Amino acid sequence: MSAVYSLIIVLALVLVAVVGAGGGGLHALFGVVIPYVAFVVFLAGFIYRVINWAKSPVPFRIPTTAGQQESLKWIKQNKLDNPSTTWGVIGRMVLEILFFRSLFRNTKMQLKVNGGPSLSYGSSKFLWVGAIVFHYCFFIILLRHGRFFTDPVPGCIEWLDKLDSILQIGVPNIYITEFLIVGALLYLFLRRVCDSKLRYISLPADYFPLFLIMAIVITGILMRYFIRTDIVAAKDLIMGLVTLHPKVPETLGTIFYVHVFLVSILMAYFPWSKLMHAGGIFLSPTRNLANNNRMKRHINPWNYPVKLHTYEEWEDEFRDVLKEAGIPVEKE
Amino acid sequence: MSKLPKPKDLASSINYTPPREHWMDIKPEFRPGTYSYPAKPQLVEKMGFPNPHEWSPTDEDWHLPENWQEIVYNTFRDRLEKYRSLKVFMDICVRCGACADKCHYFIGSGDPKNMPVLRAELLRSIYRKDFTTFGKILGRFGGARKLTEDVIKEWFYYFYQCTECRRCSLFCPYGIDTAEITMMGREILHELGISINWVMEPIYNCFHVGNHIGIPPHTFKDIVDFMCDDIEEITGIRIEVPLNKKGAEVLFVTPSGDYFADPGTYTFMGYLMLFHEIGLDYTMSTYAAEGGNFGLFNSFEAMKRLNAKIYAEAKRLGVKWILGGECGHMWRVIHQYMDTMNGPADFLEVPRSPITGTVFHNAKSTKMVHICEFTADLIKHGAIKLDPSRNDDLIVTHHDSCNPSRAMGLLEEPRYILKHVCNHFYEMPEQTIREQTFCCGSGAGLNNDEFMEMRMRGGLPRANAVKYVHDKYGVNTLTCICAIDRAALPTLMDYWVPGVRVAGIHELVANALVMKGEKERETNLRGEPLPGKEG
Repeated sequence: MSAVYSLIIVLALVLVAVVGAGGGGLHALFGVVIPYVAFVVFLAGFIYRVINWAKSPVPFRIPTTAGQQESLKWIKQNKLDNPSTTWGVIGRMVLEILFFRSLFRNTKMQLKVNGGPSLSYGSSKFLWVGAIVFHYCFFIILLRHGRFFTDPVPGCIEWLDKLDSILQIGVPNIYITEFLIVGALLYLFLRRVCDSKLRYISLPADYFPLFLIMAIVITGILMRYFIRTDIVAAKDLIMGLVTLHPKVPETLGTIFYVHVFLVSILMAYFPWSKLMHAGGIFLSPTRNLANNNRMKRHINPWNYPVKLHTYEEWEDEFRDVLKEAGIPVEKE
Repeated sequence: MSKLPKPKDLASSINYTPPREHWMDIKPEFRPGTYSYPAKPQLVEKMGFPNPHEWSPTDEDWHLPENWQEIVYNTFRDRLEKYRSLKVFMDICVRCGACADKCHYFIGSGDPKNMPVLRAELLRSIYRKDFTTFGKILGRFGGARKLTEDVIKEWFYYFYQCTECRRCSLFCPYGIDTAEITMMGREILHELGISINWVMEPIYNCFHVGNHIGIPPHTFKDIVDFMCDDIEEITGIRIEVPLNKKGAEVLFVTPSGDYFADPGTYTFMGYLMLFHEIGLDYTMSTYAAEGGNFGLFNSFEAMKRLNAKIYAEAKRLGVKWILGGECGHMWRVIHQYMDTMNGPADFLEVPRSPITGTVFHNAKSTKMVHICEFTADLIKHGAIKLDPSRNDDLIVTHHDSCNPSRAMGLLEEPRYILKHVCNHFYEMPEQTIREQTFCCGSGAGLNNDEFMEMRMRGGLPRANAVKYVHDKYGVNTLTCICAIDRAALPTLMDYWVPGVRVAGIHELVANALVMKGEKERETNLRGEPLPGKEG
C-alpha cells in the first residue's frame, strides 16, 4: 500500500504540472517561481539540517572498527578500515562515500533447517551494484545538465556528454546513463516489493523518492527522444534563472514544465527526507572518527561529575574484614 | 524459569516471513524465556536512580510515573541535544535492509522487530511524531506513531533483546549503530524506573562492594588463595598475589567473572601464573575489583560511576599504569569511554613493559593496556618459555568478542598468542570472525537464566560456525577473550554443539607456560591429565 500511495502522489504531482503549466499556461509560475523557491528551500534546508546535526556534540569517540587496530609495531594495522590518523579517516570516508565500502561487505544469510540447523553467508553484491549504478548515473546526469546552466559550456561537460553517448545508437545519440538509471531504479523498487522483509520495513517515504526520480528520468527521456522540445528555449529559460534575469520563452511545451516541476519537488523535499543521508554520512560518528582512543583524549563537552562511592567510604565499611584478611588499609 | 525447547524444535520454529499486520499493530508477547526480570526497586532506590517502583513485564499496568510521557519527551530531547549519533541516526536511515540478516537475534528468532532497522524504527517512529513537522502532520503515513504505554512495553522487550554487539553497524552504509539506539532506548526506560535486575544488581554490587558479583574483599582473597593452592598442586610453585599494594608498578584489573566461576577461573589462574613467571611488580585491588561495567548497559551515568573507581584506585595506590584482563564490553568502556569520562590520567605514566621495554604508544593517553597486547609482546621478545604440546589435546578455534573486534580492533594479538601456545588452531568461516564476528547472544546484561530461549536463539549463528569447524576439523575448544563469553558460551555449546569446551586465551597460555622451578606437570589447569600423561 505504501508503494501505491507514493505512486498516486507522484502521478498527482505530474497532473498538477500538466494542468497548471499546460492547461493553465502558468509558465512563469512553473518555470521561474517554483524552481527558485525549491532551490532556496533545498539550499537553506540542507544547510539547516547539517547545522542542526552539528549543534549536537559528539561526546564519545565511537568508530566501528573494521580491521586490525594500531597496537604493537610488528602487527600490521588495517589503516583504512580501522584508521588511527586523520589521513586514515579521510581514506576511510573516501572509500565509504565514493565506493560504498560498507555496503560492499554485504552478505546474504541462509538457514537450512533439515538435518539440524545450518547457516551460511554468501557474498551479496547486488545491492551494492544497484546503489553504485544509481548514484553515479544520477551524478553524471546532473553534471551533463551543466550544459544548460553554463555559457559557454566548459570542455569537461562536453567531454562527459560525448563519453556518455559513446555508443552512438540512433539520433540523437542515446545516453548510457539513461538506460542504467532506469534499470537501477527498477531494481531498487523491485527488491523493496519482492523481498518480504524489505516490504515490511518500507515506508511511503521509501517509495516516493524512487517514483519521483523515475518520473523525472522518464520526462527527461520523453523530451529527448519522443516529444520534441526546443532546447534553445530551454537553455534560454535556465540561463535566465542562473543569471537572475528570468525570462519565459513561448516555445516550451508542457513536458518541459512537468520535468522542471518534478525536479523542483525533489529539491524541496530533499532536506526533510531520508535523502539527507547524502549529508549525514559525513557526520556519522562510527565512520568519521579515528580509532586513536587510547592515544589521544577525546573531550566530552557535557561531561559532568557523578556520585561516587569513594575508597574511604568503602574502607570504612570493610575495614574489619580487610584487616582480618591481612589486606592493607589506609586507617588502622 | 521456562522450559527450553529442544534444539531441533527451536530451529524449525524460525520463520523469516513477516506477519501480515503492520508492525505498529503488533504488541510484544511476554513469553517466558524471551524477557529479563525487572530490577528490584530497592536496588534502584539505593543507587539513587529515578522512579524506583514495583512492576512486572507480564502485568497490564506497569505503574509508570504519572508524568511518564513528559519524562520520555524530555529525556529524548536531552539525548538528541547531547548525542550527535542519535540525531543523525534518527534521520538518515534509508531502510535499505542491509542490516536485517546481520543481527544474531533476528537470525535466531525471525522476529522482524529484531531486524536492526526495525529496532531503530521503534524509537524513530516516536521521534518523528514528537520532533519532526512531517511526522506530526503525516502520522503513520510518515512512519510516525503516538507514544502509548504499549510503546514503552515494546521498547523494553526489544531494547533488552539487543546485545549492543554492533555487527549491524559494520554493514550499514551510513554506519548507523544499533548499540547507540539501544543505549538511548535503555536510558529513556531507566528514567521511568524500568530496567532489568541482571543489570541493576551487578551495578549495585560493583558500586558498593567492588565487583558485579558482590564478592567482599576477604572472600576475594580466599578465592585467590584457593586458586594459588590449585596452582601449587599443578606446578609445585607457590604464588603470592599482591592485593591493594601501594607503590606497585602495575594495577591489574579484570572482570569478576574471571574469579567467580569456571571456566573463567582457569583464565584467572593463567594471569597469576604469567605474572609470577615474569616477575611483574603488580597489584590487584579489592576496591576496584571489577573490569567489566554493567553501567554501560543501563545509562551513561551508571557507567561513569562504576568506571571512576579504576583511575581513583590507580591514583591511590600510586601505580604507573594499568593492565586489563580479557573482557569484551569492559574494553569498549576502557577504550572508547574511560579517558573521556574519568580522565585525564595525568598521574600515570605511558605504559612500558618492564620485561621487554616495549612502550605501548597506542595506550599513551588512557594508560591502560590489554593483556593480549602485553602477552603478545612478551612472546614476540621470547620473554617466556612455552611448550604448546601441552595443549595438544585441544583442537582450537577462536571466537572474537564483539567489542574488542568492532570497538577496538584487537584481532591479531590473540591469534598471535594462540599460535604460540597450541598446535591445532582452525578459523571459523570468515563471515563469522574478526570484525564480522557473531555475538555469544548473551551480552549487554542478557546472560541471565530467565532469558535462556532468546540466548540460545541469538547464539545460534556463533554456535553454528563452531559446529562447522567441530564437524570439519574436530574442534573441541572455543577460546575467547571475554568473561561474558566464558559464562555464556559453555551453555550455548552444550545446547547446539555438545563436546566443545570454552577457554580464555590465558588458560592456554598458562598450560603451555614453562615456569622456572616447576615440577613436571601431570595435568592442565582443569586437573585433567596432559596429553601423554593419561596413563
